[in-house]
Amino acid sequence: MRAEEVKCPAVWIGGVEKSYGRVTALSGLDLAIFPGETVALLGPNGAGKSTTIDLLLGLSRPDAGEVRVLGEAPAEMVAAGRVGGMLQTGQLIRHLRVRELVSMVASLYPRPRPVDEVLELTATASIAGRDTTKLSGGQTQRVRLALGLVGDPDLLVLDEPTAALDVEGRRELWAVLRAVSSSGTTVLFATHYLEEADEHADRVVLLAAGRVVADGTPNEVRGVVGGRRIRANLPGVDSDELAGLAGVAAVERRGDAVVLSCTGSDAALRLLLARYPTACDIEVTAARLEEAFVELTGAGAGAAGDPGARR
Amino acid sequence: MTNSSTYLRYEALRTARNWPFLVLSLAFPLILLLVVGGSHRHTHLDGISFPLYYMVGMASWGAMGAVVATGARISAERQGGWTRQLRLTPLSVRSYLTAKVVTGYLVALLGLAVIYLAGAGLGVHLPATGWLLMTGLILVGLVPFALAGVALGHLLRPEVLGPAIGGLTSLLALAGGAWGPLLTGSLAGIAKALPSYWLVQASVAGLDRRVWGVEGWGVMAAWTLVLVPVAVAAYRRDTARV
Ligand SMILES: Nc1ncnc2c1ncn2[C@@H]1O[C@H](COP(=O)(O)OP(=O)(O)O)[C@@H](O)[C@H]1O
Ligand SMILES: [Mg+2]
Repeated sequence: MRAEEVKCPAVWIGGVEKSYGRVTALSGLDLAIFPGETVALLGPNGAGKSTTIDLLLGLSRPDAGEVRVLGEAPAEMVAAGRVGGMLQTGQLIRHLRVRELVSMVASLYPRPRPVDEVLELTATASIAGRDTTKLSGGQTQRVRLALGLVGDPDLLVLDEPTAALDVEGRRELWAVLRAVSSSGTTVLFATHYLEEADEHADRVVLLAAGRVVADGTPNEVRGVVGGRRIRANLPGVDSDELAGLAGVAAVERRGDAVVLSCTGSDAALRLLLARYPTACDIEVTAARLEEAFVELTGAGAGAAGDPGARR
Repeated sequence: MTNSSTYLRYEALRTARNWPFLVLSLAFPLILLLVVGGSHRHTHLDGISFPLYYMVGMASWGAMGAVVATGARISAERQGGWTRQLRLTPLSVRSYLTAKVVTGYLVALLGLAVIYLAGAGLGVHLPATGWLLMTGLILVGLVPFALAGVALGHLLRPEVLGPAIGGLTSLLALAGGAWGPLLTGSLAGIAKALPSYWLVQASVAGLDRRVWGVEGWGVMAAWTLVLVPVAVAAYRRDTARV
């Protein structure tokens, strides 16, 4: 955290370790999120996104390290109704209509939002009288979102809210979430879609193998994972030198070959050829997200862009 | 601070709308009473009319089954991820447990009413004090069963819970004397340590107006004291993804 930051972070995770038996889910996770931010927690399956979210929502405790939500222990802030959440999986309970379910959950909070307002906001007013078991996937997700919002939280945490939704369902859900975040609520959402992080977050935290491997604006992170990769045979050149080339975000050496993850591959390639005429066997490929994750974790987090790049 | 009576009201509404659950919770003691009690309508055992004798057993067994079955509803809810969703709200452990226990009691009360009506239809006569004493004591005696139901619901998956509840309530009913004569010899001593024995005795108080003695209150209090923390802990630790 920077010294001039005076606001209490909405989320503060420091040196968190978490294992399930022999599986390490989080290893040295650090993350600070500030009020008003909309942050995507981007990572492939198994990266530790849900584990992180469980910690933030007080559903589990770290083996080591510290987790603070709005400056306090997560369970306390949940009990105070200041955190809203939508978990990765979960059905709605039966034998209630949508409005009844939202009202029931609203009654559990000290200062709930008016139920009608929440139904309006989540575009569920038209299905308010419907049985909770008779909804489409998109409708169910919006009702689940309404349950997370009805307590009027300062922080909203969502675990892959659009997974298993069709295009239309996604569009509708994001429209709601945009309205929520523009009203000043801090939003953290997990996703494994780069496009989703890119489009809907103002900051992307890239998680792989239980730690943060990149953190910055969508553009910066796209440079690390979504740009192109240049691979070239270039023995004896220092990685740090290559990392200094314009357009290069990260460098990995594999024997004689180097792999440059690029934000601007054209510029990087021109410079590479101009400065290192011996470079040969050059390939330029689009880095796919999954590959990029493997690269980032396989190569160690050190090469993965500039973690200090947040505004 | 939060309005737990609204939560309770919706839980009760959900229970009332779950008619297959209600019907199946009430059906078996009722059928047994009508069939067995009905076919021995004019028989007497130890000077007690057989339908009365049998109604007392079915009342305690039915009420026990109704509150323990709360566990089945809990287990289904947690399987669907609802329990974790609920934990993201400020709902307190106390309000949660209260709602689950109270809805179990509502089903049990409905069951008792149905059994009493069927008994009356079979010619059972009791003074008003008999009905009231029996009902009051049964409600007290259900506490350990309601707690056990909640605990089982949080500890076992639905497909495991079915046989567990079925087996457990049958065994307890049998050992407690709900289905027929009490066990004898050394087994009788064990039976007296079971809450089901005293639950059946609670029903029997309807006939002989004999309230539990120290032993009965002691056994029930002991089971309650053990099961409250068990139910609380079972709910508290039930935070993992399922
Ligand atoms: N209950 C569990 N038992 C054992 N391993 C688990 C459990 N939950 C998660 N894991 C493991 O922890 C790692 C992180 O999982 P998770 O946080 O669910 O990742 P994500 O949400 O990013 O897909 C994975 O390797 C996963 O297999
Ligand atoms: Mg996940």
